Amino acid sequence: MKYAFYPGCVSRGACPELYSATVEVCNILGIELDEDVLKGASCTGAGVLQEKNQRLGDTLNARTFAMAEQSGNPLMTICSTCQGVMSQANERLLADPEYLASINEDLKEEGLEYKGTADPKHLLWIIAEDLGLDFLESKLVNKLQGLKLAPFYGCYIVRPSKALGFEENPGRKQALEEVIETVGGEVVDFPGKTLCCGFPILTINPENSVNMVANHTIDAKDRGADAMVTPCPLCHLNLDGYQPNAASVRKREIDLPIIHLPQLLGLALGISPEKMRLNKHIVSTKKLLSELVISP
Amino acid sequence: MEVKFNVRRYDPESTDAVDHFQEYLMDMEDSSTVLDGLIRIREEVDGTLSLRCSCRSAICGSCAVRVNGEAGLACNTKIIDVLPGNGNTITIEPAGNLPVVKDLVVDFQPFWGKIKAVEPWLQPVGEEPKTEYLAPDEDMLHLAGVVSCILCGACVSDCTVMEVDSNFLGPAALAKSYRFVGDPRDASNQQRFKTLNEYGGVWDCTRCMKCVEVCPKGVAPMDRIMSLREKVMEAGYTNTNGARHANAFVDSVKHSGWLDELKLPIKSFGIFNIKAMIGLIPLAIRSQRAGKVPPIFHKSIPGVENVKRIFEKVETKK
Repeated sequence: MKYAFYPGCVSRGACPELYSATVEVCNILGIELDEDVLKGASCTGAGVLQEKNQRLGDTLNARTFAMAEQSGNPLMTICSTCQGVMSQANERLLADPEYLASINEDLKEEGLEYKGTADPKHLLWIIAEDLGLDFLESKLVNKLQGLKLAPFYGCYIVRPSKALGFEENPGRKQALEEVIETVGGEVVDFPGKTLCCGFPILTINPENSVNMVANHTIDAKDRGADAMVTPCPLCHLNLDGYQPNAASVRKREIDLPIIHLPQLLGLALGISPEKMRLNKHIVSTKKLLSELVISP
Repeated sequence: MEVKFNVRRYDPESTDAVDHFQEYLMDMEDSSTVLDGLIRIREEVDGTLSLRCSCRSAICGSCAVRVNGEAGLACNTKIIDVLPGNGNTITIEPAGNLPVVKDLVVDFQPFWGKIKAVEPWLQPVGEEPKTEYLAPDEDMLHLAGVVSCILCGACVSDCTVMEVDSNFLGPAALAKSYRFVGDPRDASNQQRFKTLNEYGGVWDCTRCMKCVEVCPKGVAPMDRIMSLREKVMEAGYTNTNGARHANAFVDSVKHSGWLDELKLPIKSFGIFNIKAMIGLIPLAIRSQRAGKVPPIFHKSIPGVENVKRIFEKVETKK
């Protein structure tokens, strides 16, 4: 199974551990990544660029889709935000053939044309839908017995549900919980799992942003979570990087490691924590890893 | 079908006024709505249950509650659509982000306060016309979605910002503001933009899309907030962290094809914002220690000239 790999900005920037964990995990699961075809693809715009000019965002994403189409392989993302922005752009492009044609006019000079067949898919969905959870289970080296994990989706992989194809793929609503259970973990359910982590307003209203981090991490912790797992590197950056600020605002210890989805998979697939840079988080994963009962 | 309604109860006049859940087992039709169930509970089982409803046809906007944690109108939510796959229990709670008066009834006073704050009335200038203030149909079409708002409060209930900051104007009031900002007959945009640009206005939205998802009328409040941001910036209000953030983000993609994560926070806060710059230092140290620092020298993506060309082409089309 081969995919045109779209790593997004953050896995090449502030979350290098996401990139390395993804590559390691895909290697074991037989997900072949074409890392070259989208090297020249731009940022999706993350919804911010779309605030200023939606057509510009749609053109840049159509360009990425056209590049993926040329490779003949489906497009894989590893970021909830990239996924959501691409799904929304794709929905608009496919809904209006005239719009798509006029966007393609602007891609012509580069020899690109988006034919409308790209189906951008997050690694989470690829595992749940393309590979299947049974296949994942068959590859497990360790069952992460007793590990209590709070899922945290990131807004853009759950809303708007229509553009994200939830009706056609109802499993997407609980894909993260199912993956956690498949690797042997125990799901710690909490209402914040599909809410905002606060990242988008980090520089706009830092106080609100930190309060969101505090609410989610404290709620998950108080419900017994050993760690939180997320398919979104932006959520990771805020929930991990600003957790010390949240702890100081609430005047209490939180100490909840925020694990990227591929790092969780990697632990169950037998990849060493160092290789996935689990030792390179702001909130230490040391205690979590030392207490982890890994059973074959 | 047998349905277990798990209803959140609160009675301020009770001697032990704490909120709690109460279960009601009801036999319902497949075609029943959540409101059908709640009314039957009140009329046949427990007359003390308080709820607010009127038209039962998704027009009056009275019956917004949270069903299984998500806001919606009880009257247009079919029970069969919200029953979990593995059971027959549905959880009903009052709308969020508003004070509970009793059981499922919330106090709308804060909601109306915010609606009033955006001055939701037409403010034209010039001599009053002899008949109506007329506007061409084509100039009003883009408001068709936003005028569908029935002020039910579902968006406010689930707004993730209002959960942490009661000062935020919120999705309903901001969508209402757009309804007048976008009206060609209104002449108060400069004054409106000033309010919208302040703390609690358009920049405090996280773009989480909760309001878009729960709105029963397709108003898409967040999309209106994004349009307002664009209009506020076009009107020259660019001296905010929000506007600087948007501009810095777009510049980064235009010049390198991807995001320069190091420069973005600095440009958003403003380099001369000494307090904010100092505030970033602990994070910078933590990130440096963990090796979670983006490349110092931000390289462009291969073929960035194609991205620049697209920017130039599309930006001129606006």
